[in-house]
Amino acid sequence: MKRNKTNEVKIVFDSKSENESLARYICAAFCASFNPTVEALADIKCTVSEAVTNCVVHAYKETAGKIYLTLKSYDDATVTVTVRDRGCGIEDISRAREPLFTTDAAGERSGMGFPIMESLSERFKVVSKIGAGTCVTMQFNLNKSAQL
Amino acid sequence: MCDNNISFEYKNNCMTAYVGGDIDHHRARGLREAMDERLYSDRPVLFVIDMSCVSFMDSSGLGLILGRFTLCRELGIEFKLSEPSAEVQKILDLAGTHRLICIEKTKTDKKS
Repeated sequence: MKRNKTNEVKIVFDSKSENESLARYICAAFCASFNPTVEALADIKCTVSEAVTNCVVHAYKETAGKIYLTLKSYDDATVTVTVRDRGCGIEDISRAREPLFTTDAAGERSGMGFPIMESLSERFKVVSKIGAGTCVTMQFNLNKSAQL
Repeated sequence: MCDNNISFEYKNNCMTAYVGGDIDHHRARGLREAMDERLYSDRPVLFVIDMSCVSFMDSSGLGLILGRFTLCRELGIEFKLSEPSAEVQKILDLAGTHRLICIEKTKTDKKS
C-alpha cells in the first residue's frame, strides 16, 4: 500500500557538538504529534544523536562543515530521519557497522554508533563516498510503538 | 541534585559522582575530565557513577563509562554504576556492559 507524506522538515546546521542535542530535540518535537511512547522517543533521539555525532567526530573531524537533517512523516505513522554530511566519507562501511569497531579509540569512542542506529531503527541505510560525504537514513514506526 | 552538572560525594572511601542531564559527545569530555581529576586526586576504594538523574545517553556515554571502568581498573579502584533509567539501561545492554560492569538498581526494581 502506498503511503502518503504528511509532513517534512529540513534543517541545515553547523557541525558543532552543541548541535547534537539540538538535532535530537528537533526530532523529538517533530514526532510528538504521533504520541510516541517514551521508549520510542528515546530510541529516535539516540539514533539521531549517533548520526550527528558521527558527522561532527568522523566526517568533519571537529572542523567546520554543514549537517543536513531531513525529517519526513507519513500517514501510516512512520517517520524517516536522514542525516547527511559532505565530509570525508567512510572507507569501509561494513567494518564501520561492526560492533565495537572505531577509528578513534584514543577519543574514547565506544564503536557502538552504527550498531545502536541499526538496533533501534526499523530500517537503516547508509550510503557513503570517499571525499563526498555520508548519508544515513533511518525509519521508525510510531504507530507500532504506541500499541505495545 | 538533578541538574545538568556533576557533583561528587566522598564518604567512607567511596566516591560517588552524581551526573545529571544528557550524556552525549558534547558533554562527555567535561564529565571525563571532572571524574578523572577526582579519581587521581582522591584515589577512593570504590567509585560509583549515580545515573539516576541522567535523562539521555548515547554511545558517547558508553565510551565515557567504559573509559572510567578501564581507568579504575588501572588504579585498583572498584567501579559501579547505579540507578540507570530504562532508556539508559537499554543502551548499556546493547553494548553488553553488564558483562563487565556491576550495575546497581534498587529504585527501579521496586514494584509500585
